[in-house]
Parts: sequence; C-alpha cells; structure tokens
Amino acid sequence: MLELKINSQVHQFSGDPEMPLLWYLRDELAMTGTKFGCGLALCGACTVHVDGVPTRSCMTPVSVVAGREVTTIEAAERVRVGQALQAAWVAEQVPQCGYCQSGQIMSAMALLVAKPGPTDADIDSAMSGNICRCATYQRIRSAIHKAAQVLSA
Amino acid sequence: MTDSSHSDTGSVAPILDKLQLSRRTFLGGATALTLAVGLGSRVVNAAELPADATSFAPNGFIRVDAQGVVTVISSYLEMGQGTFTGLATLAAEELDVDVASIRVVPAAADTALYFNPVWVKRGWKVQGTGGSTAMAGAWGQMREAAATARAMLLAAAAQVWNVDVARLKVENGEVFDPATGRRAGYGRFVALAAKLPVPSGVEVKSADAFRVIGDRTVQRLDVPAKVNGTAVYTQDMKLPGMLVAVVAHPARVWAKIGEVDASAALAIPGVVAVVQVPGNDDVQSAVAVLAANTWTARKGRDALKIRWDTEGVAAPDSQQITDRFIKLTQGTGLTAVERGEVLSKAPTGGHMIEAVYEQPYLAHAPMEPMNCLIHLQDDGCDVWNGEQWYTADQAAVAKATGLDPSKVRLHQLYAGGSFGRRANPRADFVQEAARIAAAARKQGVNAPIKMVWMREDDTRGMQYRPLTVHRIRAVLDASGKLVSWHHHVAGQSFTPSNDPKKVDAALLEGVTNLAYEVPNLKVEQHNPEDIAVPVQWMRSVGHTHSGFAVETLIDELAALNAQDPLAFRLAMLKPAAREIGVLQRVADMAGWSSPLASGAPGTRRARGIAVRQSFGTYVAQVAEVTVYPDHSFSVDRIFCAVDCGWVINPNNVETQLQSGIGFGLSFLRQAIVLKQGEIQQSNFHDYPVLRMNGMPRVEVALIDSRDPPTGIGEPGVPPTAPAVVNALAAATGIRVRRLPLGDQLTPA
Repeated sequence: MLELKINSQVHQFSGDPEMPLLWYLRDELAMTGTKFGCGLALCGACTVHVDGVPTRSCMTPVSVVAGREVTTIEAAERVRVGQALQAAWVAEQVPQCGYCQSGQIMSAMALLVAKPGPTDADIDSAMSGNICRCATYQRIRSAIHKAAQVLSA
Repeated sequence: MTDSSHSDTGSVAPILDKLQLSRRTFLGGATALTLAVGLGSRVVNAAELPADATSFAPNGFIRVDAQGVVTVISSYLEMGQGTFTGLATLAAEELDVDVASIRVVPAAADTALYFNPVWVKRGWKVQGTGGSTAMAGAWGQMREAAATARAMLLAAAAQVWNVDVARLKVENGEVFDPATGRRAGYGRFVALAAKLPVPSGVEVKSADAFRVIGDRTVQRLDVPAKVNGTAVYTQDMKLPGMLVAVVAHPARVWAKIGEVDASAALAIPGVVAVVQVPGNDDVQSAVAVLAANTWTARKGRDALKIRWDTEGVAAPDSQQITDRFIKLTQGTGLTAVERGEVLSKAPTGGHMIEAVYEQPYLAHAPMEPMNCLIHLQDDGCDVWNGEQWYTADQAAVAKATGLDPSKVRLHQLYAGGSFGRRANPRADFVQEAARIAAAARKQGVNAPIKMVWMREDDTRGMQYRPLTVHRIRAVLDASGKLVSWHHHVAGQSFTPSNDPKKVDAALLEGVTNLAYEVPNLKVEQHNPEDIAVPVQWMRSVGHTHSGFAVETLIDELAALNAQDPLAFRLAMLKPAAREIGVLQRVADMAGWSSPLASGAPGTRRARGIAVRQSFGTYVAQVAEVTVYPDHSFSVDRIFCAVDCGWVINPNNVETQLQSGIGFGLSFLRQAIVLKQGEIQQSNFHDYPVLRMNGMPRVEVALIDSRDPPTGIGEPGVPPTAPAVVNALAAATGIRVRRLPLGDQLTPA
C-alpha cells in the first residue's frame, strides 16, 4: 500500500507500483486534465509537478512519487502563479486544439516560480520539452511574459 | 420597462450560469439539472440537449430555449481551428446576441441535413469537416438559418404584443419595441414562434450593420475549458464498466496474424480479454488486449507473443518508391492540362532548368493519438470520437458490426488536433475499434471499449501525406520571360480509382492551375495504384508538396535572370490576381526593398519569399534566416499576409496562420521512411515536430476584403517551407530540392 498526496489530498494506492502516475491520475482518479501524448517523456503533455519540479508523469512510476507532493493542472488555479498563467492564456487566446495546454501551463508555472521575469531564451529552454502541434508557441511566449508582468506588479 | 422575468436573456453570462438560472426558474426540470451537473466541459451533442433547449427548432442549425439561450448546431468538428466560435459568431450576428452567450453543440450523423455545402457543389454529398470549408459554407447557411430564426421570433413578438413587426428591433438579445419601450428576451416568444411557418428567403444583415463579424475582441468559446484541463477529448472518456483496448500491430506492415500466445497477457491482473482482428484491404491486422485501464492493457499488449505471417506480404520501401517515381517522371504520364506546346530546350539566349523534387511520406502526428470509444449493443451502437467524417465513419462501423447505419449513433468530442487525420477515407481507426468491439462481443465481452493507440501506433498507422516526386522543366526566353512549364507529378491517390484516365485534382492542385502566366504549359500525372501504403490528405493537401516544388523553382528562375524574386513573380501574375495584394503587403511588412540587418560575424542572413493560393485563400510569406558557419540555420522571423475574403474572427485568423507556419516549418525536418515494409519512425524522437525553440517570430497581416470568406485552417502551410528554402538559397546559393532538409545544409 502506497500513500500518494495529489493536490493536497491523500490517496491509498494498492495497485501495480510500476503504473505510471499518468494512468493512475487519468484512469483511476478521473483527473483527465493531464494528457497522454507520447508515453516516452518526449512531448510534455503529461507534465505535473512532483515537489514543485515539472515531471513527465507518463514515465514516472507511482512508487516513485509515494510520500511526495504531486500537483496537477486541476490544482493550478489554487496558486497565484497558476491563476495568472491561466488568465494570460485566456487573454492571449492561446489554445487551439488545447490538448497540450495543461502540460504547457504546468511547465510555465515551474518556470515562473524559478524565474519570475523570464527572457525569451529562458522560455525557449524551459518550454521546448512541451510540443504543441498547433504551434501556439508565439502566444504561449506572450502569455508567459504577460503573467510574469501581472505577478511582479 | 420589461414584461418578462427573463430580461437578462441577452447578458453575457456563460452557458452554465444559464443552465443554473433555468434550474432556479424551473425547479421541475430534473433532466436539465442532471445534464447541467454532468456537463463538465465535454461538448454536449445535439441529441443530448434537454427537451426545452430544442423548443424552437426552425431548421437544422439553430435552437432557442424558453430562457432565450441560443444553441448552434455544428456539422463540423472543433479540432483547434476555431470553427465552433466562427459558427457562433455568424449566428450571433444575425440574432443580435452576444457570441459568448451561445452554446455550440455538434450535430448527429445526418448526411441529408448536414452535408458539407461546399463539397456538395463538387458533387460530394458527405457530412464532414475539411478543405478549410466550414466558414465558406456557413457564411450562407448559418447566417440564413439564424436570420430565419430571428424573423420568426420577431413575428411571434409582433403577435404577442399586437404590433407591426416592422417596428420591432433586437438589442443585445432582447426584442425591443421603441414605441412602447417594451422589451423581452427571445425566450418569451419561442413557444409561439415554434408554431409559425418557416419563411424562406429571409435576408441576412447587410455588411454595414455587422457588429461581431470582424470584431477582434471576440473570444473563442472553447478556451476557458482548455486552460484548466476540463475540456474533454475522446481520450478522457470513461463509461461505467468501460474497458480500454491497446493494440498490437505488425512491425512489418500488412503482415497477417500467424500465431498468438496470449497466456502471459491474460495472466496480468486486470486483463479481461485478448481479441484478434484480422486485417482487410483497409486496415492492418491487430491483436487487442482489453483491460480495466490503459496501463494494464498496455502491459498486456507488450506481453503478447505474436508470430506475424509475412509470406507474400508487400514490402513497400520509400527509396524504391522514390526511384520508381523518378523514372516514371522521365516517361509519359496522364496529361492533366496542356496549353500551347512545351519546349524541350532553351531558345537562343534563354535558359532551361530541369529540376526534380523529392518529398517523403509524412504523418499528421496530432497530440491526441488516434482513439475511439464504442459501445456495441444488441440494437445499435454508440461511438464517441473526434468525429470529422460522419458519413464514412458511420458506414464503416455499420459494416464492421452488421448494423444498419441508422443504428450507429456518432457523438462528436473535441479532437486533440487532426490536420486531416481524423477524416480518413477508409475510416481506419474507427473501423478498427468497431471490429475489436464486434470480436469482443463474440467472446461475450459487451462492455463499452475505448481503443487507444499508443504514439507508436499513431506514427506507424500509415494514412500518410503521400511521398511525391515532381519533375519540372522550365524555360526562360532570351528576355528572361517564362515561356514553358512542363511539370510531372508522381504520387499516390487518397482514394485510388480504377479509371486510369482520372485526373487526381488533390495531387495536382496548384500545378494544373499554376498561378503564373506561361504560354506553354503541360502537366502530367503518374499515379501508381499498387503501392501498399495508404495515403491521406494532410493540412493543405496537394499544396504541401506542389507549393514547395513550384515556389522554389520560381525562385531559381528569378536568380537565373538575376531578377528580384518578388518582381519576377509580380511580373508573371495577371493584373487582377489576388496574389499581388498579399505579395506587396508582405514585402512592405518585411522591408523587402531594404537590406536585412547582418548577423554575428561568420553568419549569413537572407530573406526568401513565397506565395500560394489554396482553398480560395491567398497567402504570401517572407522568411528571414541565419546560416551559421557549420551550415546549420535558424528561421528568425516570418512575415505573412493573408487574403481570405471577409474576416470573421481576425484574432483567430492570425493564430491559424501562425499555426500553419509552424506546421510548414516541421516539413524541413520530418519524414516517414519505410524500409522493406518496416516503418522506421515511431515517436517524437525520430519524427520531430517543431518545438518552442524553433518557432520564429511571426507577424500576420490581414488584407481588408469584401469577398466572401474562405478558409484559414490550411492556407498558412504551403508558403512556409519554400520561403525558408528560398532564403537559405539567397544566403548560401545552395538550392534544396529534397525534403527533409534536416538541421544543416549540405554544401554542393
């Protein structure tokens, strides 16, 4: 039996400890905001935070996150940086198909926590692990800058 | 003053608030309550609307409920292109309501009612989304449907108030009588309006009265749910008792199932069944593992021991196909167009170029891998899917399950991208899901089944943008004028035909209707039908490859003439050509006539230009590149001018063009390669798509136009790769005629 803390809520897990966190979130907890894109940590659609660090949940076994704090897109709005990013995403009208955007926002949250005033180069380096096949990258960049401004005001 | 308790009908409150309002107002509406709570951010399909939402249904496209909430029924898939919002904008314009107050729901499968009005003019009566047709079709259809609804609601209001209808106005969703000051929301009149005859020939608003069409501040309806993880895609669906199917496909394409040892898979706790689905002409063989969740099904799939039978199975090979196509283009093909007499050598003082362009198979690679949820029951079947091609999918499921098509109910969900992939002429993945469900049922498994492809299944699922070879012989006379264009295209058709004389318009688009004036033109098609790699339209279709060949060769010809590539193009276009407007605009944006700022020492910088009309929309782009000493390069900026007729949602047009540019940039680096029947790529590490660090700064300008609107989902794609390659040639003199180019130029 593993104890998992997801968005501040404790869950008892007795299944296959090798199950990637992604599938536990999606299939067992019905937290489907975290997406499946590649299964090999190549696209970033499954990004969550583990103890604040952006982590690809598709390659992270449940056993690895036992006793650690997992945060998903469903809890992004509980913190100021998440709220600012979501508001900026709406203001800049970022999403198209939208499938990758949970992962984009989770990566952007971690970036702004580490670097409250990121440059374009910082954004490129923090966000290039997240693929958007609709190529909304330019608006993602603008939205991150916008959220950074709001947060620093 | 108001005579209705629903005077807030026209407010901008979001749709869920509306439903909550209706709950407070009509406490008896238990159905509405349940539905509202269960709504989440899944798109609600038309068949699921509560009864009171359909109380006024004057046509297939508009519903108004007793609270005045307007529902727009979309026969199109929302896959990121913004169609739901575009449709809502057109309806909101005619009904004089706020765009944000409109609920958009997908249509049921009903080809008779919801056939694509643009395609039907080409003799193709199907219900589906594609070819950048939605706004072009809805411009008439949706506006007329909404104008008709408004006319009927006003007629009802005139009866209720016993006044002349001509004096009534609508302001922000409320019917208003200026003479008495009375106002009431549409909801007040729906019961009576529903009994009135449906008028025909109702006129739509004149353009000078447009209020929301062209308004940059209109926001997409689907964005809020797409920033907090609540938007629901097929991948997110879970029905009670549902099983997940993960599928094994052969590494060698088209191999047949030999022997299956499923014992290890079945020993995994949670694995429920293993079903075999032998292939047919359309879909490959598959062995599916059904389990309680995706991970268990995936583990089960990986534990299968399958001997695939490759005896007598075709082994398509990209290099062999390319070599064959190169030879074909040296021979005689089917003449698609012939005008004048093409030249085989340059006249005295002139030039001739013969260029061969090779472009590979490409996978669409949407972020949501293909999937489909199906619940097969005794008396029918429900299918949940990012439903892009109702007519083909319904027929395929009916065939796979033995049901009458009318018993196959399709439920459209948001699609996590498509780029053409979900509109498959063979209904390939939908058909596979239906065949799995039918096979499972024979084993006594009656649960709903969600088939999910892993990324590798998606990348290797074929249905690719076709591999092509273009061979062009272009001749300039002594004055530098283009006098002859002889163009061969070799490639497969999406829907192979038995008629050897059939010109494949999708393969030759942008070639047979070459934009540039040339007195002698011949286009020949080479269209082998015996290659075992099913191909499919991809975002901008034939223009993905023809745009590259034509627009890079034009640049080469300009260079031979020592002529500016912009001036060379402008001189060859008819005076009224809409290409001219976008070319001039993009040249202004890019500062084409002034030199480009130089880069760091050792680097070379240059601009390239390209223009393309596709799907009735004209797009010109200028790319700025930097080439580094090691011949690697970056694309720094792209300027883009677009003429898509009347602009319905400017903000959405801009983002779609940026998106198309990003899609086109991926062509520089990606390829699907088959070697002796095995697909070499599998996931994003070997099939790279553009990432943030490769995205240039993009500026988009919209040409002001009063022409009817044309599409914007696709036309951004075709000019990008040629504009970049032309810029690289301007910087280095290296002409790229084969894609992918990779990360570095190869010096001659």
